[in-house]
Amino acid sequence: MDAQEIIARRVAQELQPGNLVNLGIGIPTLVANYVPPDLKVFFQSENGLIGTGPIPEQGLSHPLLTDAGGRPISALPGAATFDSAMSFGLIRGGHVDVTVLGGLQVDAHGHLANWMIPGKMVPGMGGAMDLVSGAKRVIVAMQHAAKGKSKIVKQCNLPLTSARPVNLVVTDMAVIGFPDGKATLIETASGVSVGEVLAVTEAELAIPDRVPEMQI
Amino acid sequence: MRAVSVEEAVAMIPPGASVMVGGFMGVGTPERLLDEVVRQKKTDLSIISNDAATPGKGVGKLFDAALVSRLTATHIGLNPKAQQQMLAKQVAVDLIPQGTFAERIRAGGCGLGGVLTPTGVGTLVAEGKRQIEVDGKPFLLETALRAQFALVHAFLADYLGNLSYALTARNFNPVMAMAADTVIVTAEHIVPVGVIAPDHVVTPAPLVDYLITNPNG
Repeated sequence: MDAQEIIARRVAQELQPGNLVNLGIGIPTLVANYVPPDLKVFFQSENGLIGTGPIPEQGLSHPLLTDAGGRPISALPGAATFDSAMSFGLIRGGHVDVTVLGGLQVDAHGHLANWMIPGKMVPGMGGAMDLVSGAKRVIVAMQHAAKGKSKIVKQCNLPLTSARPVNLVVTDMAVIGFPDGKATLIETASGVSVGEVLAVTEAELAIPDRVPEMQI
Repeated sequence: MRAVSVEEAVAMIPPGASVMVGGFMGVGTPERLLDEVVRQKKTDLSIISNDAATPGKGVGKLFDAALVSRLTATHIGLNPKAQQQMLAKQVAVDLIPQGTFAERIRAGGCGLGGVLTPTGVGTLVAEGKRQIEVDGKPFLLETALRAQFALVHAFLADYLGNLSYALTARNFNPVMAMAADTVIVTAEHIVPVGVIAPDHVVTPAPLVDYLITNPNG
């Protein structure tokens, strides 16, 4: 199983029946592939849709039905469309149960940086700041390290997405939570030891007595 | 509402105008109006649009033709030309959170001075803005956004100017149709009055100033 699949499968386990869920671009998008259809999760696309369905077959896409990246999608039976003010009212107003976002850095207190690298990458924050400020639960889905450098850092040196800490970080090596505002190792990936996680994690991690392996 | 040709409508937009453009990554964008803006070479535009789409599509066409001097948007990462023009300081870009973008425009159209939002508190977005506490929670004061023109794309427009939208092509069009001095609309289909049921009208006719006529009758 590759790193992205490990992350997506583990995040999918966090979704509860009836949840309204917003998935960000990249690894988060893959989460939908591992959610059992009978779970009846509603996926929101922030460009104005609840009830996002899979990419349509070649030749069946509709030019006026796309995801937030402009790619063709389908709408499931029972879907609803709305304008952008309502879409972000749903997000900021606490009506979205879970958002899953990519990350550049998460720090020891759960602060997320995921929208710019000054001088290098300034694409704009899109909906990320509203999602972190407003969703009931924020899950970050990202690789544990990039180019050998830990993405779980003591303190973010990239601009923050929100002052509000995230709830959970799922990487290809570990699940990290923030009980009492302190980064804590919740699970390790299959075959990965606690020591191996610590060796590639810059932030200090609290280690409970028992750290189970991910069951995916 | 007056029905006009696309040439006549765009001729009303002076160089240097502030222009809101509906659409999200080019979906729900009035392409015919933008093509004509390019043809008439309207320069020095202040564009207010969710994104810069991609080269050759939607608002991206305005960057291809280097007609934009100022852009207020939420995300331009998928248009390398807009990024280059920003980095070369040919275009002054104001990037704001998408929910804040929607609410500032909504406020502009609803007679509000602005909105209080938790989004951006404690981030770069808060710089230079007033922070106001309500019931012990911090909010940013985000001021209303309006423009001289709104270019809107609907799915259906009737002969009076009532509008309805389709699927994810609705996005920012209804809020922008409230927030500009002059509202110019293209529609996929122009239909007789009554075809859009009252319950399905999203933008009521009095908000629309000009409806672009079909090119072939």
